Amino acid sequence: MATESVHDVALTLHDQLPILQLVVPFLAAPLVMVVGAGRGVAWLIAFLASLAAFAISALLLAQVIDGGFLSYQIGGWAPPLGIEYRIDAVNAFLLFLISGVSTLVLPFAYESVKAEIAERNQALFYTCYLLCFAGLLGVTITGDAFNVFVFLEISSLSTYAIIAAGADRDRRALTAAYDYLVMGTIGATFFVIGLGLLYMMTGTLNMGDLADRIAPQTDNRTIQAAFAFIVVGMGLKIAIYPLHLWLPNAYTYAPSAVTAFLAATATKVAVYVLLRFSFSVFSPGFAFENYTYELIILPFAILAMFAASFIAIFQTDLKRMLAYSSIAQIGYMLLGLSLMNASGLAATMVHLFNHGITKAVLFMGVGALTLRAGSSFYASIRGMGRAMPLTAAAMVVGGLSLIGVPGTAGFISKWVLVQAAFEKGWWPVAFLIVLSSLLAVVYVWRFVETLYLHEPARDAAEAPLTMVVPIWITALACVWFGINTDITMTAANTAAETLLSGSTGLAEPSPWTSALPAGEASH
Amino acid sequence: MQHHIVLRVVTKLLCGLIVLFAFYVQFHGDYSPGGGFQAGVIMAVAFIAYAVVFNLEMAQKVMPARVAHKLAALGVLIYGGTGVVSMLFGYTFLDYGAFQPGHPSHGQHWGILAVELGVGVTVTGVMLTIFYAFTSRVPSISDEEW
Repeated sequence: MATESVHDVALTLHDQLPILQLVVPFLAAPLVMVVGAGRGVAWLIAFLASLAAFAISALLLAQVIDGGFLSYQIGGWAPPLGIEYRIDAVNAFLLFLISGVSTLVLPFAYESVKAEIAERNQALFYTCYLLCFAGLLGVTITGDAFNVFVFLEISSLSTYAIIAAGADRDRRALTAAYDYLVMGTIGATFFVIGLGLLYMMTGTLNMGDLADRIAPQTDNRTIQAAFAFIVVGMGLKIAIYPLHLWLPNAYTYAPSAVTAFLAATATKVAVYVLLRFSFSVFSPGFAFENYTYELIILPFAILAMFAASFIAIFQTDLKRMLAYSSIAQIGYMLLGLSLMNASGLAATMVHLFNHGITKAVLFMGVGALTLRAGSSFYASIRGMGRAMPLTAAAMVVGGLSLIGVPGTAGFISKWVLVQAAFEKGWWPVAFLIVLSSLLAVVYVWRFVETLYLHEPARDAAEAPLTMVVPIWITALACVWFGINTDITMTAANTAAETLLSGSTGLAEPSPWTSALPAGEASH
Repeated sequence: MQHHIVLRVVTKLLCGLIVLFAFYVQFHGDYSPGGGFQAGVIMAVAFIAYAVVFNLEMAQKVMPARVAHKLAALGVLIYGGTGVVSMLFGYTFLDYGAFQPGHPSHGQHWGILAVELGVGVTVTGVMLTIFYAFTSRVPSISDEEW
C-alpha cells in the first residue's frame, strides 16, 4: 500500500546537528581518498572536518549540559525499530572531548606524520584517522546497542591500521597492531555475544527499550551472562588491568600523533560504553552488577593504580612509560565507577576529560621530542629541556596534571574522587588514591629530571610552531580546567545524575518523524 | 596460462557477460535476490578472472589499482551523499521519503537504488583492492627454487 503523507515540518540545520556530528568526519574520510593525492589537501580536509565536528559538539553540549536529551531518528524510522541517536550530558561531554582533542592533535600531526609516515601512505593515513575519529563519535552518540558495535568495529579496524602505520619508523608497530587486532577482536566478539543474549531475552536493541525490558527480569541467568560478556568485552577495549596487555606496545610503536589521539579518546570511549550499559541499559539497582563492580572491578582498579604505576617507574622509554601510566589512570576512572554513587560517577566523568587532555599534552610532547631526538628513549632525550624549552615546559605542566597538583586539571578529578570515596565511607580507598599519586610523582620526576638535569645529548632546535602551539593550547587547557571548573564539573555532575536516574526509556516520536508507519516499509 | 587457448577464448567472451550480469543483479536488487554487495562481487569477478587467465599487468591496464582504491571510497560517498541529499530536502539523514514527497514508498525505491549503487561500487573497489594486494606480493622464494 502506498502511504500518502505530507511532510510538513522541514528540518533545520539545527535539528540536523546530531547526525552532522557524525556525517561530517565520516564522509570526509572517503573524500580524502577520492580527492587527496597530496598530503596538504588530505590534511586540510581532515582538519576542517575535525573543526566542524568540534563546533557541532560544543553546540550539542550547550543544549544538554543542564539535563534533558536530544533524540534523532535515522531515516525517519521511529525507535525501537529504527536507529536512534540519543544525546544527553554524558555523551555530549565525551563528544566535546573527542572532537576537541582531534582538532588539537591534527595541526600537530602535520609535521609529525610528514616525518614518521611514508609519503605515499599519508592520504590513506588521514582516511583511516578520520574513520577512527568518526567511529569513536558514532559509538558515543548512538542510542542503539547494535549500532555501538558497528561503530566500535569501524573505529577499531581503522585504529589497527593507523597503529600499523608506525611501521615506517619501527617495524614492531606491525606486531603491536596485530596483538591489538587479536585482543580487540576478542573484545568486540564478547561484546556482541552479550548483545546477542540481550536480544534473545528482549527482542530489541534500542537502549531505552532494552532498559525497560531488562528491568523486570534481572534475576535471569541469560541477562546476567549478557552483562558479564559486555563487561569483559569492553574491559579488553578499556584495558582494565589484567586485560591491558595490548596497550603498552600499541601506544609505544604507533605514530606519535596517533598515540596522542588514541590515548586521549579511545579508552575513554570504551569507558563511556561501559558506563552507558551499566546505568542506562542495566539498572543501577541490578544486584549482580553491584557485586561485579564491588568484588571484581574495584580490586582490579586499585591493582591497576599501583601495579601499572610501579611498572611505569622502571621504563626506559618515555612513550612506554606514559602508556603504563594510562593503564594506571584507567584504574582511577573505574574506581569512581565502582563507587556507584553520584560523586563517584562525576569523578569518573571529569577524569575522563581531564586525563584526556593531560595525556594529549604529554604524548604530543613526546611526539615533538621524537621528531628532534629520533626516539623517545630517556637516553636520547636527555637534556632536551634546554634545547626545546617550550615543549619541555608544556610537558612539565602535563606531568603536574598527571600527578594531580593543585591548579591543574588532574587535581580536580582526584579531589572529586577522594571526596566520593569519603562519602561512601571507604577511607582506605581514599588513602590508596593519594598513595598511588606518589608513584606518579616518581615517574613524572624521572622524565623531568631527564629533560632538564642532564647535559644535552645532542644539539636540537625547538619543535616547529605547528607542534608547539597545539601542545601549549592543550597545556593551558590543563591549567584552565584546573582553575575554572564550570564546564567540566557542571557537565560531569549532570552526566552523573543522568546516569544514576537510569534509563529515560523509549523516546516519544518527534514531530518530524516520517509519517510512514513502521510496518509498511517497502511497498 | 599461455597455452590454454580454450580458457583464454572463453574468458574473453565471458568477461563482458559477467559485467552485464553484475549490472542486472545491481539494478534488480530491490525486486529480486541480489543487490549492491552481490553485484559488486560479480563485477570484481570479471576483472579477477581476466587477471587469472591473462596476467595481472593486463588486468591492471583495464583497471589500475589506483582507480580501484578510488572506487572503494567513491561508493561510500554515494551512499552517504544520498543521506546528505535527503537532509538538504529537510528530511532526516537517509530518509528516502525525501526523493518523492507525497509518495514516500516510491521515494524508498529511489533511495534504495542510490545507496545500493554506492554499495556496488565500493564492493567492486574493495574486492579488486584485496585481490591486487595479494597477487602483487612478490613471493619470497621463486617457484623454481622449491
